[in-house]
Amino acid sequence: MSAALEIKNLCMGYHGIDTLKEVSFSVKSGDYLGICGPNGSGKSTMIKAILGLLTPSRGEISLLGTPQTRFSEWQRIGYLPQGLQFFNPHFPATVDEVIRLGRLAGKKFPKRFSREDAVAVERTMEWMDISHIKGCMIGELSGGLRQRVLLARALVNDPELLVLDEPTTALDPETRESFYQLIYEMNRERGTTVLLVTHDTATIGKYASHLLYLDKKVIFYGDFDSFCTSEEMTELFGKHGQHLVCHRH
Amino acid sequence: MNISEMLSYGFMQRALVGGALIAILCSVLGVFLVLRRLSLIGDGLAHVTFGSVALALFFRLHSFYMTLAIIPVVLGSALGILKLAQKARIYGDAAIGIVSALGIATGVMLASMAGGFNVDLFSYLFGNILSITSSELVIAAVLFVIVLGGVGIFYNDLFASTFDEELAKSSGIDTERINAVLVLMTALTVVLAMKVVGIMLISALLILPAVSALQVAKGFRTAIVCAAGIGVGTVVIGISLSFAMNLPTGATIVMINFLTFITAFAARTVIRRR
Repeated sequence: MSAALEIKNLCMGYHGIDTLKEVSFSVKSGDYLGICGPNGSGKSTMIKAILGLLTPSRGEISLLGTPQTRFSEWQRIGYLPQGLQFFNPHFPATVDEVIRLGRLAGKKFPKRFSREDAVAVERTMEWMDISHIKGCMIGELSGGLRQRVLLARALVNDPELLVLDEPTTALDPETRESFYQLIYEMNRERGTTVLLVTHDTATIGKYASHLLYLDKKVIFYGDFDSFCTSEEMTELFGKHGQHLVCHRH
Repeated sequence: MNISEMLSYGFMQRALVGGALIAILCSVLGVFLVLRRLSLIGDGLAHVTFGSVALALFFRLHSFYMTLAIIPVVLGSALGILKLAQKARIYGDAAIGIVSALGIATGVMLASMAGGFNVDLFSYLFGNILSITSSELVIAAVLFVIVLGGVGIFYNDLFASTFDEELAKSSGIDTERINAVLVLMTALTVVLAMKVVGIMLISALLILPAVSALQVAKGFRTAIVCAAGIGVGTVVIGISLSFAMNLPTGATIVMINFLTFITAFAARTVIRRR
């Protein structure tokens, strides 16, 4: 199966301090990769480099078979951050307007919406069960619903690769669970490749097929089952860590 | 004085048409600027305009040529603010402050060298839309088409990067280019708006219709249309009222805008309590 993401010798630095050192790994299409590591381990930095939001100091990134520097088909990738960068609760955008913004990815200048875009927005809202709030203002929604809307925005193009950077930090356990169930279904039923950054190793254990443990460099990368029996797992989580990390649903 | 008599004057017709065009531009751009917390860029660029006007008066340029001469200076300053914020690693408000202070200092220095402030400089400080000439109206109409056309062409990119710059970038939108387009269009609008409300009150025309619309609008497109409607309405009422009651036009427009904002704020509060 072809690689959805390939990273070779990726190095990132800021003010002379290394944030990522010689990171290399490859994610096959259809994989569900959980990415974890301590604070400041470079998880979000790597995600930003993958999406072209930060420029690496060295190394190569290939997205869906194309070098990232030449990649332009952003509609094939969905991205959901932890939250909006500077979220303004009074921003006058309705739910359907926000989801439609996702359809701008990959459009050529001058970017105009078509009937096809409207159909895609309606279909995504129905699938995510948020059609009833389509006219609501984004700032008036609860944190859980707002993240669901932003997930709908990320999914409106039916992406091949979905990148989630700590998407459930502000959500209650019940909402978090239904959120991860939805992502899991997408991965299983649609074959969407998922990259999930989270501190929640139990979630990775429950849903991900592969795990990347990052601490400025790759500490472990492989399928989840081999992680559970690895020395790295014992080193990182202790002798009894298997009970915490490796239980499957 | 009745309305038909007021409208029979050529200068009133020009003032109302010019004022309406400029109000639409200020209000539409104002929505983007307010939501990006860049409202004061209008103030900063207005101060640059003050310096440029002083320079033009110093060289005794005719008002038509003055407008044409000021445009590149203000456009350059707008890009300067962006570059300062990006390259000198300072926040946008500090960059606006630097360029703004430089504009004022240039103006005061030139006015002093010319033997003090004169009547012309005061008319630019506080605006005089009633004195707009036919050639200035033509410039206003051309710039109106350019700026509004720009907003129309880049509308979706402007909306996306105003909503969240990082998400916009991850969709492949060149947000730096979009930011440059927005500040350049703002710079052109500021040059035009100085004739309506004057340099001192330009930021009011950029901010007040936008914040009034944001009180009541449900949806982004509605906010833009609503702001434009409020802008045109308040400018037309302000010009008419100032003419009928012999009040300063710029200040009257600002006062009407402020009353509109208070009304919109009260309406929103009442609707929310229901």
